[in-house]
Amino acid sequence: MKPYIREKKSFDFSEVPKNTSFEAGYLVTVNSGWRSIRPVINQDKCVGCEQCYLYCPDGVISIKNKKAEIDYDFCKGCGICAGICRVGAIETEAERK
Amino acid sequence: MANKVAESISREEFFYGHKACAGCGGSLAVRIALKSLGEKTVSVLPAGCMSAVGFNFPQLCFSNNSIISTFAGTASMLTGVEAGLRAKGYKDFTAVGFAGDGGTADIGIQALSGAIDRNDNIIYICYDNEAYMNTGIQKSGLTPFGAKTTTTPAGKNIHGNIRPKKNMFEIAAAHDIPYAATASIGYLNDFIAKVQKASKIQGTKYIHVIAPCPTGWGVAPDKTVEIARKVVDCGLWYLAEYENGEFTLNHKPKEFSSVEEYLRKQGRFKHLTDEDIKIIADSRDKKWEHIEKTFSYR
Repeated sequence: MKPYIREKKSFDFSEVPKNTSFEAGYLVTVNSGWRSIRPVINQDKCVGCEQCYLYCPDGVISIKNKKAEIDYDFCKGCGICAGICRVGAIETEAERK
Repeated sequence: MANKVAESISREEFFYGHKACAGCGGSLAVRIALKSLGEKTVSVLPAGCMSAVGFNFPQLCFSNNSIISTFAGTASMLTGVEAGLRAKGYKDFTAVGFAGDGGTADIGIQALSGAIDRNDNIIYICYDNEAYMNTGIQKSGLTPFGAKTTTTPAGKNIHGNIRPKKNMFEIAAAHDIPYAATASIGYLNDFIAKVQKASKIQGTKYIHVIAPCPTGWGVAPDKTVEIARKVVDCGLWYLAEYENGEFTLNHKPKEFSSVEEYLRKQGRFKHLTDEDIKIIADSRDKKWEHIEKTFSYR
């Protein structure tokens, strides 16, 4: 199971866990605001070779139905995937808000 | 098109949603190593980028058991984790440490040396970004000659770091360690194979992986993987293994690509003169003479 985004709660000091943090993979904030460029996968060109999935430092690319798919909540827009893709199926465009 | 390497590692993500810079090489090394080792892995991280970006309360980006150690005590804590789990009766687990170059070659070298001496059943992975990047790019023992850091600035008389990079791989091998290896995040197939091989060997394992830092090296975030390939192709880094008392070279470039091209791509080497580059190229040739003499190649 992939880690997913949870509801962000506010804590007061008495509720802060005293031993470890929370359960493993507890995510409350996204990284999508970091992006200045946005990688987009051309589904027609993608051959599912999984190179982008391997080389993504954030692990946001997964393979569904033999095609790459990006989790834009956590993609930081580094652009490594676009450089690694041998068939040129990943294009980068400016991030628009 | 199925990818055999991707099939051989876990599909789950164990290092997800972290706050490392875009294009971070260290986070790629940690992510891939954890996927190669699987979920029954306990990771130990000393002070450094990967602990700073992974544990931001209440966000916990590790999905496996993970703990922050003291800066100097990565290997000591790994020893404790391994002994504790073994005493509790667990058998099928891996204790792995991820320390940066400073946490390995400078601050943590004593604890690492002790762990190798005791031959504890642990994997120690050093992600080498060639300076103390987390605290703002200070020189470490693994910073190469000529690199500009905040503590070795490039001036008119002294051009960056004046000392060569410590040979941490051969220092670990000199302990007669059961397994030591060098890798690069530019060649992940090789890195994954080495992590998987290490997980099957009994005793202490040391893997030294080059992980470029876009912030500290002065390269664009999308070029970190490319620069990690270039450093191997130009001969300033090599992919090798140490096992059963013998060194093996895994990858031998037919012809070295230009050192100058590799150096000029990075902001930290921008100030180098042609003479400095010649010193670096000559030291590379000397290093490879040594490699060809002592390493076997398969």
